[in-house]
Amino acid sequence: MATETTHGDGLADAMGVAEHSGAGNAGMPQLDFSTWGNQIFWLVVALIAIYFILSRVALPRIAAILAERQGSISNDIAAAEDLKAKAVEAEAAYDQALLDARAEAQRIIAAAQADIQADLDVAIEKADAEISAKTAESEKAIGEIRAGAIENVKIVAKDTAKEIIAVLGGQADAKAVTAAVTARMKG
Amino acid sequence: MATQAQGAEEGGLVFHPMDQFIVSPLGGDGVVSWFTFTNAALWTGLAVLAVFAILVLGTSKRAVVPGRMQSVAELAYGFVYKMVEDICGKEGVKYFPYIMTLFMFIVCANFLGLLPTAFTPTSHFAVTVVLAMAVFLTVTILGFVKNGSAFLGLFWVASAPLALRPVLAIIELISYFVRPVSHSIRLAGNVMAGHAVIKVFAGFAAIAVISPVSVVAITAMYGLEVLVSFIQAYVFTILTCVYLKDALHPGH
Repeated sequence: MATETTHGDGLADAMGVAEHSGAGNAGMPQLDFSTWGNQIFWLVVALIAIYFILSRVALPRIAAILAERQGSISNDIAAAEDLKAKAVEAEAAYDQALLDARAEAQRIIAAAQADIQADLDVAIEKADAEISAKTAESEKAIGEIRAGAIENVKIVAKDTAKEIIAVLGGQADAKAVTAAVTARMKG
Repeated sequence: MATQAQGAEEGGLVFHPMDQFIVSPLGGDGVVSWFTFTNAALWTGLAVLAVFAILVLGTSKRAVVPGRMQSVAELAYGFVYKMVEDICGKEGVKYFPYIMTLFMFIVCANFLGLLPTAFTPTSHFAVTVVLAMAVFLTVTILGFVKNGSAFLGLFWVASAPLALRPVLAIIELISYFVRPVSHSIRLAGNVMAGHAVIKVFAGFAAIAVISPVSVVAITAMYGLEVLVSFIQAYVFTILTCVYLKDALHPGH
């Protein structure tokens, strides 16, 4: 208390105003006790008024508002939890459907592949058979051509030999020429 | 008259920093009797109206999503409620309306007092002493009603060495009875000092050279006073809660 009053007085002294020896109104009006009764009376009236305003109207109302808000917040949170659970469920169902669809697709692909493979195998076999038939035919044709070619060479060789002998002035012995050509061809 | 003369000698500077606290009747200048409608009564009444406006009119819509005034009301409610609950515990909650009454009255009176030409009820010891004594008496009586003679355990520090306990008891007893004094003077002193300082700076504004400094100083002090208005209401309320806690749970 002492510090407070000296503070106040010091302030007043610094301002060069307060005359402590003088009348009450030169000092602190707070210490003019003639007005205390008035102030206390109105203060008590005010406090009682505020108390009734608060306890009868304001505080129950604010408490109700806060409770209602708390309630609706927790309701909303519960609803959100619900929706979230549903979303998770839906996601799981979606994932399951996706998995099923994928498995089904795999199965269909495998079946299609097997079918195609079977067709392919048949076609390849057939093609192979045709190819080997054609090859055999061609080989035969080549063999005939080769045999024909050798005969021709023999004939040409015999004729050529006879002509050469004739030119040299000899008498061509057909049997000996044939034997010689045959012997050469073998060698 | 002496002050007037002195002020005139100092170059026309007239300081009356304490005049703003004078209690005078409104409408006529009769004697101030206990029921006279004075400026103190007017601003006390305006504080009641402010409380009514904030807490009742502000919440009249009962909106789940609050508007501005309702937010203020809910903030004030939550602020004091949490204070009471944190300090006094669950049993303290039933005294919440009383503490809320104190807080709302002090905070509204403080802020209304910051209006120019306003009168500040909380700058008067008559007001703060009544508030502090009400708290002191309530807490003391409540302490004895709730705990009986065990309430005296508040002064007997059982955790201290036996030799020290009587000394501590005396100290505790003195500090207990000083409570209402510090409780009341802290509030009135802070409010009064701030208002008086602003008035002094305003007095200096009469000198043209100093007046810009004076205006800046008044602005700065005003900002500080806004802070002080709230903080002192808060301090008064939280100390009330602490004293109430002592009454509900004596012992350290």
